[in-house]
Amino acid sequence: MTALSALIRRDIRIALRVGGGALIGVLFFLTVVVLMPFAVGPDLALLSRLGPAILWLGALLASLLTLDRLFMADHEDGSLDLITMSRTPLELACAAKALAHWLAAGLPLIVATPVLGLLLNLDMVATGAVALTLLAGTPALTFTGMIGAALAVTLHRGGLLMAVLVLPLSIPVLIFGVAASQAVIVGPMTFGAPFSILCALSLVSLVIGPFAAAASLRHGLD
Amino acid sequence: MRLSGHGVACVRGGRQVFAGLDFAAVSGEAVAVVGRNGSGKTSLLRLIAGLLVPAGGQIALAGGDAELTLPEQCHYLGHRDALKPALSVAENLSFWADFLGGERGDAAATLATVGLDHATHLPAGFLSAGQRRRLSLARLLTVRRPVWLLDEPTNALDVAGQDMFGGLMREHLSRGGLIVAATHAPLGIESRELRIGGVA
Repeated sequence: MTALSALIRRDIRIALRVGGGALIGVLFFLTVVVLMPFAVGPDLALLSRLGPAILWLGALLASLLTLDRLFMADHEDGSLDLITMSRTPLELACAAKALAHWLAAGLPLIVATPVLGLLLNLDMVATGAVALTLLAGTPALTFTGMIGAALAVTLHRGGLLMAVLVLPLSIPVLIFGVAASQAVIVGPMTFGAPFSILCALSLVSLVIGPFAAAASLRHGLD
Repeated sequence: MRLSGHGVACVRGGRQVFAGLDFAAVSGEAVAVVGRNGSGKTSLLRLIAGLLVPAGGQIALAGGDAELTLPEQCHYLGHRDALKPALSVAENLSFWADFLGGERGDAAATLATVGLDHATHLPAGFLSAGQRRRLSLARLLTVRRPVWLLDEPTNALDVAGQDMFGGLMREHLSRGGLIVAATHAPLGIESRELRIGGVA
């Protein structure tokens, strides 16, 4: 346990320091969402109808933006070799890294959502719904994204490849995340059904992600 | 303790690097792996560390901790030094001590041994190449492991650093450890030579 908590603390610390990825994700999210009203125009009804989708897309792209560094940095400086050799199972180390990434880069997106909801003319309930779906859905984005990050780790400039690999996997998360938020705003569906599926997607990726990532890291040893 | 390999073969990128390699090292012994560039010195170390899969043969450690695999009893000091530029010297070292676990020494004393006690709070990004190497050496001392796999360990070290490192290796060997080092320069301690891929 000390090994895993040490890994989590280290990754969070690096992410929060200058040059770390945590702030970049939030700034990107902010930029995308702030630009959107300018592109769509001053139609408030349209904005609030598109709001959840815009927030979800922004969060998806922002989390993708920082994910490609998840294993790349450790691979480049040789840390990944030592992590692979250590007594800690690689699956658990992968899970710890993904958790640290979500805490440092995913959680700030959710914290920023209420502020950005104002810009998109979302009321309190709608903003709360989007924040809640993001809270339930972003772990799925991180843990499936981790698989792509692990596959891309041995390739130089794997960032684009990762996007191509990961985006299809995140489509279900996007669909049910937006569906659950829309259910609160316009109906007629209930919030519960898509939200439960979203939670299920997260739980499944929590289980599969670390194993798939560890397997592809082992396969890519060189 | 006895580290041995039988008929070890290595294939990288479809090309056979070496095959049928036999080697052995016992406690208190240092093996210097020599050979020309590209002869597979680093590959051999990575095979022992479990970071490459051998194309043939096997590598085993007899007399070690039965609960642990061979890589878990090895320290690997490669070209890349596994240091995070954003973290301070002390943070880098204490992370590896916490993460690698097992029996550990006093981090502050180790930093003094490798001559970095004046720079504990400096971010590792500001260290020179020699200082980074010294910090990597501190990891070997803080976490005790019987097998040291060293890839060009004296690279970037100044003369005083090489002397210091020679002393550390002798101490490690006298405690019953063993060392396999890939090297071009003399290692600075008595060692048995393992030549791979013909004369340099």
